[in-house]
Amino acid sequence: MKANHSSVSVALAGSGGAGVMTAGNMLLEAAAAAGYYGLMTRTSGPQIRGGEAAAMVRVSTFATDAQDDRFQVLAAIDWQNVNRFATELPLGPESILIGDQAHGEPPEVFTKTGARYFPVPLKQLAGQVQGGWPNMIALGVLAGLMGLPAQALEAAINKAMKKGVEAGIAAAKLGLAQAANLDGFKLKEIPAKSSRWLITGNEAAGYGALRGGVRFVAAYPITPATELLEWLSPALTKVGGTLVQAEDELASINMALGASYGGVPALTATSGPGLSLMIEALGLGVTAEVPVVVVDVMRTGPSTGIATKSEQADLNIALYGLHGDAPHIVIAPNSLSDCVAATEWAVGLAESLQVPAIVLSDQYFGQARAVVDVPAFEKKSFHRAKANSNGQPYKRYALTDSGVSPMAIPGTPGITYTADGLEHNERGTPSSQSGDHLAQMEKRARKISQLDPGDAWASIEGEGDVALLTFGSCTGPAREAFARARAEGFDARLVSLRMLAPAQPAKLKQALAGVKRVLVLEQNHSGQFLRYLRSEYELPGEVKSLRRPGPLPFRPEEIYREIVRP
Amino acid sequence: MNAPITSPALTAKDFKSDYKPVWCPGCGDYSVLTAVTKALAMLELRPENVAVVSGIGCSSRIPAYTTCYGFHGVHGRSLPAGTGLKVARPDLTVLVASGDGDGYSIGGNHFLHACRRNVDLTYIVMDNHVYGMTKGQPSPTTEPDWSSKLAPGGTGVREFHPLVIALASGANFIARAFSGDPNGVAALIVEAVRHPGFSFVEVLSPCVTFRPEQRGWKESARPAPVAYTDDPARAARRLMTDDGFNIGVLYKGRRAPFAGLPAAPTHSLADLEGGFRL
Ligand SMILES: Cc1ncc(C[n+]2csc(CCOP(=O)(O)OP(=O)(O)O)c2C)c(N)n1
Ligand code: SF4
Repeated sequence: MKANHSSVSVALAGSGGAGVMTAGNMLLEAAAAAGYYGLMTRTSGPQIRGGEAAAMVRVSTFATDAQDDRFQVLAAIDWQNVNRFATELPLGPESILIGDQAHGEPPEVFTKTGARYFPVPLKQLAGQVQGGWPNMIALGVLAGLMGLPAQALEAAINKAMKKGVEAGIAAAKLGLAQAANLDGFKLKEIPAKSSRWLITGNEAAGYGALRGGVRFVAAYPITPATELLEWLSPALTKVGGTLVQAEDELASINMALGASYGGVPALTATSGPGLSLMIEALGLGVTAEVPVVVVDVMRTGPSTGIATKSEQADLNIALYGLHGDAPHIVIAPNSLSDCVAATEWAVGLAESLQVPAIVLSDQYFGQARAVVDVPAFEKKSFHRAKANSNGQPYKRYALTDSGVSPMAIPGTPGITYTADGLEHNERGTPSSQSGDHLAQMEKRARKISQLDPGDAWASIEGEGDVALLTFGSCTGPAREAFARARAEGFDARLVSLRMLAPAQPAKLKQALAGVKRVLVLEQNHSGQFLRYLRSEYELPGEVKSLRRPGPLPFRPEEIYREIVRP
Repeated sequence: MNAPITSPALTAKDFKSDYKPVWCPGCGDYSVLTAVTKALAMLELRPENVAVVSGIGCSSRIPAYTTCYGFHGVHGRSLPAGTGLKVARPDLTVLVASGDGDGYSIGGNHFLHACRRNVDLTYIVMDNHVYGMTKGQPSPTTEPDWSSKLAPGGTGVREFHPLVIALASGANFIARAFSGDPNGVAALIVEAVRHPGFSFVEVLSPCVTFRPEQRGWKESARPAPVAYTDDPARAARRLMTDDGFNIGVLYKGRRAPFAGLPAAPTHSLADLEGGFRL
């Protein structure tokens, strides 16, 4: 078996209680210990707990947060209902299926792909170890097929298991031995290791929030944002902050506004249904000029949709959902690890511009766990302009050139005021005069439109007269498609927008100079991103929309084909 | 160390802003404003250390009429905004103001959970049994046979009993006041602010425009015949059987209030980052 693979994707499936997620996480840890990059995503059936599930682990010599075109290995502890995941687990003739004869043959939907089947008696082998489990055998088989060293596997088991470590290791070694008899997909040696994190997008967003200075969070549980909150709750306490579980999202956002009004940077995290409930109060944040950040971990909608799966279909509501003219910020991380910087940036912008900011993450980023290079953080200093008494009557909403007016924080004497969602004059006194409405409207618009995000507005890679525009989690597979095209001598431009509002037409125009063909990539049905681009920007040349609704992720291959298409 | 500066004692007037209220002449809310400013003076607070948070309605216009920090938010969400503020800034005295529509209808869910959460703040509801600001529709405390344009002949729906709900939900202090006696309201607010946890003061505050018959409340309102109890079962019986006009503190509980922001961090961001490092 030659060590010539730079990426190997495996999936481990099984019914509830089979321990596929546990084994998947250990495989990821083992890959990390061996110096590789890795990505684990998950899928599960409709059961709340138990029920069929699959852990999808990609191990690679390069950093990526995208899934590959196909899986090299699909292993199943048992095959019960695993066929339900067929569209999420694409296989090919080079793929192999691993299963236990005791649980029958693999479903036809998998064998008809041409994948070869190798039975392994997982249950029987597990029986040979006191306290052994089939998932640990499978873990050993998968690690062996990729050529992960036994020490890395042992280290991962040691780290992950609280008890039964010996048995776990013994079982995994039996699996490794089985793999030695099979044609595997051995990974290339990896060059020297950089400093890395093992992190989920939800944890990354939480950490970014704290880096940005957030010390108050109020939220209501919702998939797939819950883990973000569960990470933040103890973390906030450690850094002198707190998390309040609110009674609903109406309360979450209003609590966050209350805390922020008090001078404490505040955030809430939710998904589409919750964002829908927060919209009215976001308008309050705009009018009363109270900073607040909402992380929307998007799932398929509308309504309850597919609660556990990803889609990029909240773009419209994030950009245009607020009633009235309500300038605000919308930021989208474009990689799993960018969830840190993007969220931190959103907090900084919200604070310095005294405005609500929405971060559009999604289920794919949020619930995926990956080995990533530790990001280099720019030293940015964003802070809220705070007012002090100068003996003059305080104008909370003073019409400054920048549109930003220093904010009085409760406790500061001499400049008390009432923050108001009613239209007001400079002093904050409610006003129904057209002049005040216009002046305050322009002030609020000004602070957003004058914002210069520098290079942070997008990531731009490559040259050439074909450009692909995208945002969020579609960026990962696009990057991989570009790398393949480049490897074949075909260069093109990838522009992944991070700042969605305010739009940056001049910057995009420059980025697209000389482009003849534009591809617009997004994961939703109606082409929300395309419509947004068409209304806010000028797109040169021929424009093609590449889109489909969630939850199936784009695969690098299909994007690659569109890029190199003559 | 500098010698402590003793600022001159403030009077009620120092807590009243120079904005002219939008309220109709004779509206009960004027007296509630007076009572709030008196109470703050009696509590020897300073305006910058007090925040008045409200929703939307005639009654909810109260923050800007004080010289305190004010937050005039969206309809029904005064309690969440006040909760966030108090949890984030435990050093402030937080008064939350609502009307019966704002607090019991659109904000009803927050009322239940604010009572159970027991954050140390004072919730003042100016109850006029009507939606004043939107010009005379029935509210949750409106009598079922009160006829209006929106519900000719009445709603036929029984009233909501805020005090009983508050008790059942865990409020730590429950009082009923009548705006016709601003000094009495002020004294109740003082007690409410001093009592730890969630203190609820329901103020009967007539809407002279849409419920002119409420001018008659001054004949009905009277001091509660017995002193407050700290026994929830006894309080429940009394609240269920009174006619809605017993004025005074009716219940005081002993639950520990909800914790605010911790005083100091125990870890650095680098410590947290360590959790991700390989
Ligand atoms: C979301 C929303 N729905 C409806 C309204 C309209 N509205 C404004 S005040 C109000 C009722 C206020 O009644 P109440 O709280 O009893 O206060 P009052 O005016 O009687 O003091 C309503 C329905 C609104 N402002 N916002
Ligand atoms: S409508 Fe009623 S509640 Fe509103 S200000 Fe007039 S009297 Fe007061």
